[in-house]
Amino acid sequence: MTDASVTTARGPVPSGSRHTSRRPGPWHAAVWIAPAAFVIVFVFAYAIYQLVVQSFKYQGKWTGWDNFRIVLTDPLFLTALKHNMELLLCVPVLIAIALLLAIVLSETVRGHSFFRGVLFFPYILPVTVVGVVLGQLLTLNGPVNTALNGLGLGKLAADWLGDPNIALWTMGAVIVWKEVGFGIVLFLARILSLPTETYEAAALDGAGFWRKHWSITLPQMTGVIAFYAVTEAIVMVSWVFNYVYIMTNGQGGPGDSTVVTELYIYRSAFQDQQIELAAAAAVILFLITLFLVIIFFRLQRKSLLAVVGE
Amino acid sequence: MMAKISSPIARVGSVGRYVLLAACTLSALLPGYIMVTGALKTQEEFLGSPWALPAHPSLAAFATSWSAGLPSWFVNTIIVTTGAVIGVMVLSALAAWGFAYWQFKGRETLLGVIVSLMVVPPVVLLIPLFQFGAQLGWISTFRILILIYIGLMLPFSIYLLANFFSAIPHSLLEAAQIDGASTGAIFRRIVLPLSGPPIATLAVVNILWAWNELLLALVFLQDPEKHTLMVGIAGFRGRYSLDIPTVMAGLTLVTLPLVVAYLVGQRFFIQGLTAGGIKGE
Repeated sequence: MTDASVTTARGPVPSGSRHTSRRPGPWHAAVWIAPAAFVIVFVFAYAIYQLVVQSFKYQGKWTGWDNFRIVLTDPLFLTALKHNMELLLCVPVLIAIALLLAIVLSETVRGHSFFRGVLFFPYILPVTVVGVVLGQLLTLNGPVNTALNGLGLGKLAADWLGDPNIALWTMGAVIVWKEVGFGIVLFLARILSLPTETYEAAALDGAGFWRKHWSITLPQMTGVIAFYAVTEAIVMVSWVFNYVYIMTNGQGGPGDSTVVTELYIYRSAFQDQQIELAAAAAVILFLITLFLVIIFFRLQRKSLLAVVGE
Repeated sequence: MMAKISSPIARVGSVGRYVLLAACTLSALLPGYIMVTGALKTQEEFLGSPWALPAHPSLAAFATSWSAGLPSWFVNTIIVTTGAVIGVMVLSALAAWGFAYWQFKGRETLLGVIVSLMVVPPVVLLIPLFQFGAQLGWISTFRILILIYIGLMLPFSIYLLANFFSAIPHSLLEAAQIDGASTGAIFRRIVLPLSGPPIATLAVVNILWAWNELLLALVFLQDPEKHTLMVGIAGFRGRYSLDIPTVMAGLTLVTLPLVVAYLVGQRFFIQGLTAGGIKGE
């Protein structure tokens, strides 16, 4: 509150020296960041360090790459990994549905916010609830098959979660059902932020629905689509445990037909007591996620601007 | 925002759009319908005519599921959620202010690393954290779970608040600085009062995340007395596989607070959950 500081502030301050007078030095930031940093270091850095160390050991002894060799030649692990890769096919499906609905919603005047609110709703539900209810709907004598039979479409009825050939795809459909609302809202925000002039010009030129969106909307949405694609890819690779656990009672069944990498890790660690093998599998999953994170990080800035522009 | 619809072809298109939207709305709401009506039926009625409205609505299933442990799961979930969310809000606000107010070397990189931690799957951290908890004898205690939840929620929280704090006009902060306010006072008296909406949005996202989390609660809270709603519900289906109405009633009770919250604060849900892309469950 000295006179000197007041005078400095009155005049146009050269940008280099504007923070020098009273603000404590940058080291001061550490005081504010430290408590959070401490928890983050414990939960992430410490845990990942311990995990990596453990993945090279067996009963406390260093065994080099043995655990990885065992895991990578375990047919169950490879099956689990393959299932995660198959679930990646849900990503283009999610993008297509979300895009279509976002575009339709952007052209809908009446009931716009109602539809948006309803379509986003499944996204906030706990997987536990979604898994149990949809699991119940899809049982052999469940409501879905009852409805199909009632509509004379009995041929389409199936043992959705009991047939090993389709159980994983049923799971994928449930994930799409829950996750698609996120994409709709994300894409809608982007579409509504696009300049309208081009659309007006296109309307004058008589461009139809498909032509208009193919040539004008899509090219301006590559950023947010890529962001959504990576986000959902990460979900399919490393965030599907809850679905599988709930809908198969923790078994990944029937048989091994819905075992995913997370469930493999969970079962190896907490049911088979093969902690070291579970650790090696977790390291592998972590590396795959890390790969996706790098892509995610590169896309982050661009697409977030699209969201904030809402 | 779009041009007026006039030609017959366009009108057909407009009808088609509403049909599509109506179909999707129906598919989004139907499981909820089955859940709520199922809770009001008897087992026979549910199996015989799952789609019909309950002929003789009965609350018996609610009573059964309520006495099956729901109250204590609710309390446990509230304890864990409250503890974790208060913890993460305080820590992330402090850290975000540190990131937003000072330009220091490596700031961008550090923020970038923190942001990317958002996507680390919990299952990767599970084993070492469980062993750590076991060494301390903290398995089946709320504190270890709350601590881990705070850690997992921090990256997104810091990121969101740091973004917001950075957008506060510098002239405001500098004026206070000149008046001799300490950085703590600036934070308390200027930054926080301006940050109501982002803090509310963030709180909604974090409450939702902690409320819905299953995997960690399943592993860390092994004592049945300590089970949270999600853990309890996960075991419900096996226990009551022959009594679907009870399962549906339990699920309805679990979902109800979320539905109410969503109806009241939809804006916060939508803004918060789309702000960073990843929130996880």
